[in-house]
Amino acid sequence: MSMKCDLVVVGAGPGGSMTAKTAAQAGLKVVLLEKRQEIGDPVRCAEGVGKRALCEMVKPEPEWIAAEVKGAKIYAPDGTSIVMSEDKSGSEVGYVLERKVFDRALAMQAAEAGAKVMVKTRALGLLKKDGVPCGVSAMRVGEPLQIEAPIVIGADGVESKVGRWAGIDTALKLKDMETCAQFLVQDNTIDDEYTEFFLGNSIAPAGYAWAFPKGEKLANVGLGVLGTRSKPGEATRLLKDFVKARYPNGKVLEMVVGGDPCAGQIESTTSDGVMLVGDAARQTDPLTGGGILSAMQAGIMAGEVASKALAAGDVSKAGLKEYEDRWREDIGKHLTRSYEFKEFFVKMTDDDLNQLLGSLKKEDISKMDLRGMLRVLFRLNPKLLWELRHLVV
Amino acid sequence: MLTVNRYKCCYCGACVGVCPTCALELVETFIEVSPDCKECGICTKICPVGALEVKA
Repeated sequence: MSMKCDLVVVGAGPGGSMTAKTAAQAGLKVVLLEKRQEIGDPVRCAEGVGKRALCEMVKPEPEWIAAEVKGAKIYAPDGTSIVMSEDKSGSEVGYVLERKVFDRALAMQAAEAGAKVMVKTRALGLLKKDGVPCGVSAMRVGEPLQIEAPIVIGADGVESKVGRWAGIDTALKLKDMETCAQFLVQDNTIDDEYTEFFLGNSIAPAGYAWAFPKGEKLANVGLGVLGTRSKPGEATRLLKDFVKARYPNGKVLEMVVGGDPCAGQIESTTSDGVMLVGDAARQTDPLTGGGILSAMQAGIMAGEVASKALAAGDVSKAGLKEYEDRWREDIGKHLTRSYEFKEFFVKMTDDDLNQLLGSLKKEDISKMDLRGMLRVLFRLNPKLLWELRHLVV
Repeated sequence: MLTVNRYKCCYCGACVGVCPTCALELVETFIEVSPDCKECGICTKICPVGALEVKA
């Protein structure tokens, strides 16, 4: 079987759905593919998202939100903690989502805007004419399907293939991937009002552990380990230890695993007739691992650029340059900065981390944003943070 | 050769993302290994559940 459209989007996560919705609203004939039978499941995410940035893009429905938090608590290896308020602690806290509901709702919005959603449909490769991509070959419920389209969006996540089929190198080095495990834990000691971050090389080598509340004493409790510091099965093994130590009576109701790109800006996210969005474009924040918002932002940009490029009759890499320029100007700058912090952070010993967080004990950081806090940290620990001095302005 | 223990695998796709030869594919709920696999073992290190193993 074969079909034709203006834009085919591979992957119905938040990035793909926002691309499809934006393009369909602009009048494009859009097909949105999801290889799984169900959109949003299984979850591979801690589900934390910044409230303000989310609300700028979509109007959140109450059923998407599992919990709303007041702020973040960060724990040093020695147990010292600092508290940051929600509006200051950056983009990763505010709401804890129910991704199974959220992802499906965004796909629904794309469908309502006119996109055709096809589930259990897996892209197998790019169709090419004279070497230029012109759609995807797919398998739909075990049957072959060809979808011709001048533009293909790769929103196919951490395991992305679309970019690689188009000649874009998206392979991640072990130093640029966190391997993560997460349990949905129910326990009376869970803090329903704050997201918690636990630092320490014995807890999560060159990563961190987290507890994101989901209401009623439930939380996503997980951790990430840098690929270079991992062994087979390490993330799950360390998480079991962490949960046992922190929530000895906790009940585990769900298990989630996944890889989180922390690569910073990759060299290219476009080629002739192809744009990459979200995890597929490695647009995840390298320090926090958060990627929902940047995927959605990039999706909106890709949808807009797709419609412009088709109208202008130029879908070549040059014709899609606006996408590359726009996301790098906005999301990209943040990724680069965050990558530098990550590269520094992964080298820190537990003593370094204790010193840093300990130095903030006597400071009032409740009203500070991340940049303000960094400035204070630098003033108190100039020697330790000397390498980061160019970032403190 | 590279083996995938499908009883352990949680089909997250982390291995696919780090494969330097594009030899792995996450098909819904299982990992496919193509003949392009060079048995470098990078994927075994990233696997959060230890489902991958290079066997002699």
